[in-house]
Amino acid sequence: MQKKSDYSFVACILDNYMNTQTHNSEHEQVEVHTGSTTLFGFWVYLMTDFVLFASLFATFAVLRGNTFGGPGGHDIFDLHFVLIETIILLTSSFVCGMTLLAARRGSVPRVLMGLVTTGLLGATFVFLEVSEFVKLVASGNGFDRSGFLSSYFTLVGTHGLHVALGLVWLIVLIGAVLSRGLSESTMRKLLLWSIFWHFLDIIWIFIFTIVYLLAFT
Amino acid sequence: MNWTSFIFGKLSWSVFPTSPIAIGGAVFMVVVGLSLVTYITKRGHWKYLWHEWFTSLDPKRIGVMYILVASVMLVRGSADALLMRAQQATSVGASQGILSPEHFQQIFSAHGSIMIFFVAMGLMFGLINLVVPLQIGARDVAFPFLNSVSFWLFVAGAALINVSLIVGDFSTAGWLSYPPLSELAYSPTSGVDYWIWSLQIGGLGSLLSGINFLVTIVKMRAKGMSWMRMPMFTWTVLGAMSLVVFAFPILTVTLTLLALDRTLGMHFFTAGGGGNMMMYINLIWAWGHPEVYILVLPAFGIFSEVVSVFSAKKLAGYTSMVFSSIGIVFFSFVVWLHHFFTMGAGADVNAFFGIMTAVIAVPTGVKMFNWLFTMYRGRIRFESPMLWFVGFVILFTLGGVAGVILAEPAADYQLHNSLFLVAHFHTMILSGVLFGYFAGITYWFPKIFGFTLNEKYGRRAFWCWFVGFILAFGPLYILGFMGATRRLDHYDASLGWQPLFIVAGIGAVIIMFGLIFQVIQIIVSIRERHQHRDLTGDPWNGHTLEWSVPSPAPSYNFAVLPVVHSRDAFWAQKDAGMKSPIEYTDIEMPKNSALGIFLAALVGLAGFGIVWHIWWLVTVGILGAFAVFIVRTMDDETEMIIPASVVHAEEERLQFRGVHSR
Amino acid sequence: MVSPYQAIPVLHPQGPVALAELHVIGITLLLSSIIVVPLFIMLAVFAWKYRIGNTKSAREHHPRWDHMNPLFEFAWWLVPAIIIVMLSVVAWVSSHQLDPYVPLVGTEAPITIQVVALDWKWLFIYPEQGIATVNMVEFPAGAPVHFEITSDAPMNSFWIPALAGQIMAMPGMQTQLNVLASNPGEFRGVSANLSGAGFAGMNFEAKAVSEDDFSAWIASVKASSPTLTRDSYQTLAVTSSNNPITYYSMVDSSLYTSIINSYMTPQDASTSTDGMNMNDMPMGTMTP
Repeated sequence: MQKKSDYSFVACILDNYMNTQTHNSEHEQVEVHTGSTTLFGFWVYLMTDFVLFASLFATFAVLRGNTFGGPGGHDIFDLHFVLIETIILLTSSFVCGMTLLAARRGSVPRVLMGLVTTGLLGATFVFLEVSEFVKLVASGNGFDRSGFLSSYFTLVGTHGLHVALGLVWLIVLIGAVLSRGLSESTMRKLLLWSIFWHFLDIIWIFIFTIVYLLAFT
Repeated sequence: MNWTSFIFGKLSWSVFPTSPIAIGGAVFMVVVGLSLVTYITKRGHWKYLWHEWFTSLDPKRIGVMYILVASVMLVRGSADALLMRAQQATSVGASQGILSPEHFQQIFSAHGSIMIFFVAMGLMFGLINLVVPLQIGARDVAFPFLNSVSFWLFVAGAALINVSLIVGDFSTAGWLSYPPLSELAYSPTSGVDYWIWSLQIGGLGSLLSGINFLVTIVKMRAKGMSWMRMPMFTWTVLGAMSLVVFAFPILTVTLTLLALDRTLGMHFFTAGGGGNMMMYINLIWAWGHPEVYILVLPAFGIFSEVVSVFSAKKLAGYTSMVFSSIGIVFFSFVVWLHHFFTMGAGADVNAFFGIMTAVIAVPTGVKMFNWLFTMYRGRIRFESPMLWFVGFVILFTLGGVAGVILAEPAADYQLHNSLFLVAHFHTMILSGVLFGYFAGITYWFPKIFGFTLNEKYGRRAFWCWFVGFILAFGPLYILGFMGATRRLDHYDASLGWQPLFIVAGIGAVIIMFGLIFQVIQIIVSIRERHQHRDLTGDPWNGHTLEWSVPSPAPSYNFAVLPVVHSRDAFWAQKDAGMKSPIEYTDIEMPKNSALGIFLAALVGLAGFGIVWHIWWLVTVGILGAFAVFIVRTMDDETEMIIPASVVHAEEERLQFRGVHSR
Repeated sequence: MVSPYQAIPVLHPQGPVALAELHVIGITLLLSSIIVVPLFIMLAVFAWKYRIGNTKSAREHHPRWDHMNPLFEFAWWLVPAIIIVMLSVVAWVSSHQLDPYVPLVGTEAPITIQVVALDWKWLFIYPEQGIATVNMVEFPAGAPVHFEITSDAPMNSFWIPALAGQIMAMPGMQTQLNVLASNPGEFRGVSANLSGAGFAGMNFEAKAVSEDDFSAWIASVKASSPTLTRDSYQTLAVTSSNNPITYYSMVDSSLYTSIINSYMTPQDASTSTDGMNMNDMPMGTMTP
């Protein structure tokens, strides 16, 4: 058990008086943690993400009127455009739900189709949002124009960034399904990813309401 | 943009320090660092350190590393404190002291940031890693790899704040960087950026640990350990981790928004441009107040363990201790405005927060009385953990009175931002958080290392800290009443403040001797370890499960996972005296991993890149970190098996060190 | 030579506001002692009596004793709770009575003084008298002084410890502080919030004089000193520290408002309220 090396004084202490790791040759892996621990941990992480967004919403609420002589929400938002974005994201969530059902039934082709479709919809959403941002910046209403615009870009942009990261995760997932099929570990990852995707949908509903709709009341 | 600014960003030859003391500090740090590296290389220890420590996912190893790094940062933070005391004792009238105003302001900003984020949080997570899995009868935490990532992110944050001593400068805006002083207009140098990113990186590690230990305590307790059978330390850690999970995302956002202001010209908190600096203050304290309870709750938990064991009694009022901890967790979210009563929120709002602040004193007072009643009808051994407790009761209570005074808005108008305030919060943090962690380190040291710490030097250290504290901070309470504000680098001779500052300086020196005694204590204890071996695994006659395993604890903690039937589970086991035959089984433990180190190193490099606008480095760092993370998630073979025969042999080996009853 | 009175201003208030604030400190201290004194006695008694070296208490050792008579336990939740209720009443009443925005009543006529925190000095503008001073403010003893405070620099905090508590000074915003000096005297004023390298030198002199002396002082300032125009203000606002006391015989009456407005909209604002957004001044009153 004791590792044989040339130890000096300090190393001797640490080695003798804190047991060394018992390194062994590899055996087949066994799931140590039940899925429930991972799932619970993921929910806790989502809660922290929720607090993160809550802070951004609070900041937006405080700064929404600070236009510093520039445009407010009602000046720059196009509700039709936002409606399209919303429909796209909600549809992607629906497809995501269908994909999970297909996964439970064990159908790999349907799962892949569902994942790719969700991804395409998500990517379209991100593309639309980025184009909206680019338009605003080009017209002189970028994020450095006023407190309102800073908070708008940051809140909506953070959501968009989360969606983009969700897409990266999705690509990795598709790779996992392609290479390992619907194993227990892949199923769990699918579940976690879909919870994340739905969470982002819920945040978008808050954004849609608080940022866009309320700008016109 | 030319090639130089693309590769090096804003770096230039002028980033190196120019004042003698700053150069001295940087050189000292570099020399110490290089000496350590040289020593390790010469002795050929890198392989050992890499395999046994750096890549280990064993929370006991990670815990020791946290405490070592935090102790090093404590030395740096204390050096800052001594410089500050020296300046304020000498910078009177015609003399400008030993530091320029800008340098002094960097030093107190670094002092506060280091002490909170890298000393207190580091010691806390160190102790939590060492103790919680053992106390709940588990073998590991819920997410061992994440645990390693958390630790190395902590190191990356600490590294970044230390790099600021050599390359560039540090923030001069205080440990919380209020805008607009911390905005680009008033702080154009790299200082505030270093502050933002070292805290952001370290804070990310803390948030991940919060999630990790919350899930661990909720999901991985031994069979039969219901909520009301958990040890008090575990309860308070649960409370603290709940606070981490809710509060740290607020810090993440606030730091990011300030960074966006500074880096992309946004207007969250700028003066003008539609910024609202008061929003920053609300956000930062919405994190900041829970933060101080994050730090002190585990210390309260440690005192509960120490007082009951060293009084040879059950903890008095366990139920009310649990509920007062829960109460503190909830209330800590509704008091944040007491940090800025003077910002003009109006009487109704101020009064509400003042009342809530007074209310939170009740559960703390209840704990005090329960600890005292634990001593009642006990057989109290005043070994150094108990000395730290007594020092805590005396000083923390007095500091708490100061806090109740400050909780009254009308009183706070006269005392806010004065040295009275500084004395108050140092009293709470030193006598509460630090004394508690010191007691915990002494108490649990034998479990981790297999021998007890030298008691003589432990007592000397305590007395130096206790007396030193009174001399260092007593005068500050008085100075607050004399109208002395905090953070002054100079004052008039006619004010009569200098004698008090000199006494405070002497106190700081005495505290320094306390630290020196603690270092001597470690060295002497190692030398004398054979005389003080913990042969039974239970050197203090403990009550909780960690004392049921041999000392030092094996990597898998428990050869057989315990089943719990009551509170103070180990005490119950000892009473029952059962010696059932042990059935050894294969044990599954995580394999080592270097990916945590790589991930944190990449994040650290990205942080450095953001500070100096080296955008290619930021991109490489962030993308690289993601890549490492994805690689890890694709790895399905992260566990290894320790066969039952090996476990059996290890247990036998540990048994031969002494009698051990189960 | 500093007299003992001046040395510890918070304990030797020279005005009703600081006096009332000291009373709050005192009441809180007294109420807290009701808990603290018994606690310390208990600590001393238990630590001594039940120390392991004391064989006399060995018989009393009861390892499993972990709770008192529930009535007793109720008491030590109840007593602190009652004290907290009392402290809450004190908090509510005193927060309202000592709200810095509440105007005071004195024996002389009230006076309004506008305060601008700069890097690193204090500018005082007397809108009614049309003069201005730097690092020095004078007013009649017994007169309620209504300070309107802003900053053209980072956040500062306006504090005259002998007379009243402090209030923050923030750019683009106005806060208020009402003080009254009971008797003539000289008091020290400081900034209580870090605002940059020269912050420690940001001290000012506050002087309370008789009504007659005050009128004479106003007259002498008006007679002799330079004027504070927009241009000379820009010069004054340039970073400097340890400024000497300066007097200005005339000041542009809209200067204070224009300083606040300069943070509200991109262009230089005139006295009109165009572009001034209510949301940009969440605390304090609107400037006229």
